[in-house]
Amino acid sequence: MASIAINGVSVAFPVAGADRLALSDVNTVIKDGEFVCLLGPSGCGKSTLLNVIGGLVDATAGSVKVGDHHVSKPGPDRGMVFQNYSLYQWMTVLENIEFGPRLNRWPEEKCRDVADRLVELVNLSDFAHEYPKALSGGMRQRVAIARALAMEPEVLLMDEPFGALDAQTRTRMQELLLEIWTRAKRTVVFVTHDIEEAVFLADRILVMGTRPGRIVEEIVVDLPRPRTIECVASAEFAEYRRNIIDMLRH
Amino acid sequence: MNKASVDHMHPTKPSSSPKSTNGLLSRAFRPREKITFTEKNVLSVAGVVVFFAVWITVSATGLVPAFFLPAPIDVATKLFRIIAEDGFLFDIWASTARIMGGFFLAAALAIPIGVVMGNFPFFRAFLEPLFGAARYLPASAFIPLLIIWLGIGEDQKWAVIFIGVFFPLTLMIADTAATVSKDLVNSAYTLGAKSRQVFAKILIPACLPAVVDNLRITMGIAWTYVIVAELVGAERGIGIAILQAQRFLQTDQVIAGIVTVGIMGVITDIAFRVLHRKLFAYLY
Repeated sequence: MASIAINGVSVAFPVAGADRLALSDVNTVIKDGEFVCLLGPSGCGKSTLLNVIGGLVDATAGSVKVGDHHVSKPGPDRGMVFQNYSLYQWMTVLENIEFGPRLNRWPEEKCRDVADRLVELVNLSDFAHEYPKALSGGMRQRVAIARALAMEPEVLLMDEPFGALDAQTRTRMQELLLEIWTRAKRTVVFVTHDIEEAVFLADRILVMGTRPGRIVEEIVVDLPRPRTIECVASAEFAEYRRNIIDMLRH
Repeated sequence: MNKASVDHMHPTKPSSSPKSTNGLLSRAFRPREKITFTEKNVLSVAGVVVFFAVWITVSATGLVPAFFLPAPIDVATKLFRIIAEDGFLFDIWASTARIMGGFFLAAALAIPIGVVMGNFPFFRAFLEPLFGAARYLPASAFIPLLIIWLGIGEDQKWAVIFIGVFFPLTLMIADTAATVSKDLVNSAYTLGAKSRQVFAKILIPACLPAVVDNLRITMGIAWTYVIVAELVGAERGIGIAILQAQRFLQTDQVIAGIVTVGIMGVITDIAFRVLHRKLFAYLY
């Protein structure tokens, strides 16, 4: 596990010759084992911020520290899950999960162990030898999560992982994710534009705004854990939701 | 349950659904309207039947004299006769062998160059203007030059096919290789892959199915150019059989040759599809 320290991060992309600021002076600290959601409308830079933490996008200014290490490139200490289409189609479920460990030349036995344990954790033991093509959208994302966890990362970075799923599947995936998070305690940064998803999952929500992309508000979600889908019906949940809707309106 | 069966259960309800089970013809002009598997097959067969019906009618009524357009049956008879008597199978084999030579030579170079162009903007920027221009060079226009360089032997035929196939194939492969999702690349990097590993273990296997599809499509170009190349002069080949038939005004043999190219095209197309299913079973 590791904390994430984000210090004065700005990102500018060149658009039509001029630099456009995608992120402006973002500062926050994400604690060890904390579940943080980055919430905001399109163009608020939430995915950009996640990619900076992941090392896939370089910050124009500022720095990110994960644990004791300055982030300069992607690495197996930060597992990432993308919205869609990131499974390797020519590999079975098990081979996808084992991909990282094998790439890093872990001992054969350990690769097997890790993959077997994870395929069970995401309830896909019966599909271990299927190819992604044969799986539903929810199953595919479970493989993607298991694959990211296989390298035993200190931090799990998730970029709208359930955005393309139907409502029922999404709810089940959220519950499963919390269950996994409880069992394999990790720092999680989760990007979403879905307010309810953020409230349901997060310890803390960083609400982001546009032009330039920045953190506009920070909300600590003090709902009891373990959370199940019933908690969505509670009065406190509704209160959080209303507050955020108001916040995003102006 | 689909709308059609709901309508069956409530026959008294007026059907306002555009998906109701109307006749095939009334659905024919609705954009994107689905047809059943059987309907699809019936229509496909009907298309072929109509084609031959028109052909038979035109030649049987004498609308076009048999000298210009022999009846299908005469063409078929001629085809079997040249196979039996003139060793036409050797001509077919000669053309096929040429295609294999020129096409596989082109593929062997186009695949690595295309994959590199598609994945490394550095090399793409360097090569794209050349290939973009070369794509428009008609291979047939190179024939005089190739005769000067290579004579009229097999290597000249291979070279025509190579020029015709290599440039468009390389650019197609570059395009399909470039469409591999960035997420695949990024996920591999976050799993600790080096850029060499990302290229070898992710980008190459990810684009292979599309590459084989590109080969299938450009195979058609190869069949076009093999005929053109043979018209210059060859011992055997479908193209030369067509040319000789034209000299003796044997229209039936000309058409038999053309039909043979069509059949060979369909066969190679099917062969590639079967290969695709075999190699990339995980996609089906």
